[in-house]
Amino acid sequence: MNNILAIAHKELRSYFASPIAYVVIGFFALVFGWMYASILNFFVMQSMQAGFGQGPQTINVNQMMFRPLILNMTVIFLIVLPLITMRTYSEEKRSGTMELLLTSPVTDVQIIVGKFLGAMALYCVMLAVTLIHFLVLFAFGSPEWKPLLTAYLGLVLFGGCFIALGLFISSLTKNQIVAGVATFCVFLLLWVIDWIGGAFGPRTEAVLKYISMTGHLDDFVKGVIDTKHIVYYLSFITFGLFLTARSVDAERWRG
Amino acid sequence: MIEVQHLTKRYGAFTAVNDVSFRVEKGEVLGFLGPNGAGKTTTMRVLTGYIPATDGRAVVAGYDVFEQPLDAKRRTGYLPETPPLYPEMTVREYLNFVAKIKGVPSKERQARVERVMTRTYTADMASRACGKLSKGYRQRVGLAQALIHNPEVLILDEPTAGLDPKQIIETRRLIKELGGDHTIILSTHILPEVAQTCGRVVIINKGRVVAVDTPANLTGRLRGSETMFVQAEGSAGDLAAALQRVNGVTRVATTDSRDGVSAFEVDSQAGRDVRRDIAQAVVGGGFGLLELRPMRMSLEEIFLSLTTEEGVTEAAHE
Repeated sequence: MNNILAIAHKELRSYFASPIAYVVIGFFALVFGWMYASILNFFVMQSMQAGFGQGPQTINVNQMMFRPLILNMTVIFLIVLPLITMRTYSEEKRSGTMELLLTSPVTDVQIIVGKFLGAMALYCVMLAVTLIHFLVLFAFGSPEWKPLLTAYLGLVLFGGCFIALGLFISSLTKNQIVAGVATFCVFLLLWVIDWIGGAFGPRTEAVLKYISMTGHLDDFVKGVIDTKHIVYYLSFITFGLFLTARSVDAERWRG
Repeated sequence: MIEVQHLTKRYGAFTAVNDVSFRVEKGEVLGFLGPNGAGKTTTMRVLTGYIPATDGRAVVAGYDVFEQPLDAKRRTGYLPETPPLYPEMTVREYLNFVAKIKGVPSKERQARVERVMTRTYTADMASRACGKLSKGYRQRVGLAQALIHNPEVLILDEPTAGLDPKQIIETRRLIKELGGDHTIILSTHILPEVAQTCGRVVIINKGRVVAVDTPANLTGRLRGSETMFVQAEGSAGDLAAALQRVNGVTRVATTDSRDGVSAFEVDSQAGRDVRRDIAQAVVGGGFGLLELRPMRMSLEEIFLSLTTEEGVTEAAHE
C-alpha cells in the first residue's frame, strides 16, 4: 500500500510540476464554463417563456441543467483524458525510469494501481472544479442534491474506465503522441459504438449498446444507482488494468 | 553473494548472453569487461530483475532473482546505463521517492537521503531539478539512488561514463570504498578502470565469458610463453648467440641496438623461470647487464587478444 501511494503521489506531483495539469485543468474549466453559461442562458429563457405560459410544461433544474451539463462534460473528458494518460508509461519507457521502477522491490500491480490512482486524483481535481458551477445553482434554485451525488459517482467510474484504458495504450509505446492519438481514437470509438444501431440485427445492437460507455452514465445522472452499471464500469476498469499488467510483463520478455 | 549459472538470454534468433557463469564473493568488486554489445548490460539487467533470462539461474544475496524477485531487489542497488532520473523532481525529492519505493523506513529516510548526497558529492545540488543537472551530476545522482537503501549488492553499468577526469577519480575512489561493505559488479569498457578498482575481472565477448581472473593474473598468465626484456652492453650478435644458448629459451629477438647497448625480447617455455640463467649467461659472457625484467601484456593487449581470438573460433564454428 505504501508503494502504491508513493507512486500515486509521484505521478500527481509530476502532473503539477509540469504544465500539463495547469493546461488541462485551465482549458477544461474554460470550456466547461462556456457550456455552463450557454445552458444556463437557455434554461433562463425557457423558464421565462414558461412564465408567460408558452414554454415546456415543467421546469426542472435537474432535468434541464444537470443532465445536459454532465453529458457535455463527458465530451470534454473525451478530449482531455488522453492528454493525462498518454505520458504515464510512454514517458517512463522513453527516459529509462521504467528501469528504476521495475528493479525496485515493488510489484507491477502496485506500479499500475499507483499510476491509475495518480491520474484519478488529477481527474477528481477537474471534477471538483465543476462542483463550483453546480453549487451556484443551489444558491439560486432548489434542485435535488441526491441525483447530483450519483452523477458524480457515475462520472468517477466513467473517468476510471478511460484512465485504465489510457494507461494500457500508453504502456504499448515509447511515443507519447502515438499513445495520445491512439487513446483518443479508441475513446471516440467507444463513444459512437452504438450509433450503428440495428444495422446488424437486434442482438448486435444490444451488445453494442452495452459496450457503449455513455449509455451507462444516464441512470447515474437520473439519480439511479443500478448495480448493472457499476459492474460494467468496475469490470471495464479491472480489464484495462489487467491489460496494462500483461503489456508491461510482455515488454519485459521482449526486452 | 552473487551466483550466475549458465545464464542465457535470447531475443528471437539473437543470443545476447550465452551460457554465462560466474560467482562474486561478499565484499568483492568484480569488473565486467567487454566491447560494446558484448552482453554486459543484458547480464546486469537479468541480475537486477529488469528482464527475465531465457535459461539458467541467478542468485543475488541468497535469493533467486526469478523465484524471489522482491527479496533480491530489496538487496540490490542498480545504476543503469542512463541514470533513471525524473527531470521535474529536485534531487532531494527524487532520492526521497526512490527511498520510499526501495522500502527505506520513513523514520530513516531523511537521514539516509542526506548521507547519500554527501557521499556522492551531490548535496550542493539538492534543490536543483534533476533535468537541469550536468551529465556528471546526473551520473552521481544515479549512483546516490543506487546506494539509498544501503543494499548488499551494487550493480553499476558504466558508472564513470560521461564524467570528467576528476569526477572519474572520485567515483572510482568511492567505488573502492564501497567494496568491502557491498558486493559490487561494475561494467566498463575502460581497461585501466578495471585494474584500479576491481579485485577480479570477467571478460565477456559476444555473450560468452572468455576469461575470469584477477587483473594481475590476467596480465601475467595470458601468453603461452614468458617473455623477458633484456638490455646489455656488448655486440648484438654475440649477445643474441649467448642468450640463445640458455636452456629453455625458445626465441631471441633483437629490438634495439645502438651505442654498444642492445635490447632483446627473450621468449622461454611457459612456467620456467630462466631469469637466473639469462643473467649468468650475460654476465658470464663478459657483457654488462643493464636491465632484465619480465614483460607483461597490458590489459588492452589481453583484451584484444581474447576478444579477437574468440572472434576467430566463432568464425570457424560458422
